[in-house]
Amino acid sequence: MPAIGEDEADLITALRAGDEAAFAHLVDLHTPALLRVANGYVPNREIAEEVVQDTWIALVKGINGFEGRSSVRTWLFTVMINIAKKRGMRERRDSEVAVMAFTGGTVDPARFRAVGEEWQGHWRENEEPSPFPDTPEGSALGGELIDVARRALDTLPERQRVVVSLRDMMGFDSAEVCELLDISVANQRVLLHRGRAVVRQVLENYLRDAT
Amino acid sequence: MSTESMDCNELVELVTAYLDGALDLDTRARFDMHLLDCDGCENYLQQFNATVRTLGAIRDGHLDPDFRDRLLRAFGNWH
Repeated sequence: MPAIGEDEADLITALRAGDEAAFAHLVDLHTPALLRVANGYVPNREIAEEVVQDTWIALVKGINGFEGRSSVRTWLFTVMINIAKKRGMRERRDSEVAVMAFTGGTVDPARFRAVGEEWQGHWRENEEPSPFPDTPEGSALGGELIDVARRALDTLPERQRVVVSLRDMMGFDSAEVCELLDISVANQRVLLHRGRAVVRQVLENYLRDAT
Repeated sequence: MSTESMDCNELVELVTAYLDGALDLDTRARFDMHLLDCDGCENYLQQFNATVRTLGAIRDGHLDPDFRDRLLRAFGNWH
């Protein structure tokens, strides 16, 4: 991810000058994603909105000291997550431990040949995955799959949902997500893999039922 | 290079690490060699990539206009 670009430097200069249009542009660009991630930390939408509002106020108050070492987006998420954690709310250590302790597979074990069978651990006949169809951008099926994936994403446990949202929806890289969430690379990968695997299974079921 | 083979149920748990380039090279080699011979796992990887692409195409909903106004007012108050 680029740190600070030419356009962003212009935006920051405009913000420092009190340019409301520049602020509105940034608000429109980042607020939906900030809300989505904030919702993973606090018990309801209202508090998530307060957290996001405080984040924007922090940007405006701090804009003169903003040095552009990170992108505005990374800065916003870092500040937002810190505020959200302070708002408090949930004891998360338990769920983190539970994720790490979980050793089960992300694919139904019944789809693989059992221990002791010939080719143990390999796909059973009739259980082999088939390729998902190509869905050109804007195609009807592509749109359906995006809706199905969005609903599946919303059902994920919060930490998985936050990691998958940051990595796959918003395009943060692994190192950025670890720093934003203060989790280890290994934990981040477990959460990402489990979340993606759930969505993959939902899409596979949907495509199987649709044909 | 390791001669130990990889089973399908092991491969499916390593896909995210594979895509992140985080596997040690021996494990990566076992993963790649397995893919050469296994249509099921090749398809699983294709499904996984398609899933990641689909997740990347999700767009957040539009911003609630009232909330947007609140944020813009907050900006006005600070300047």
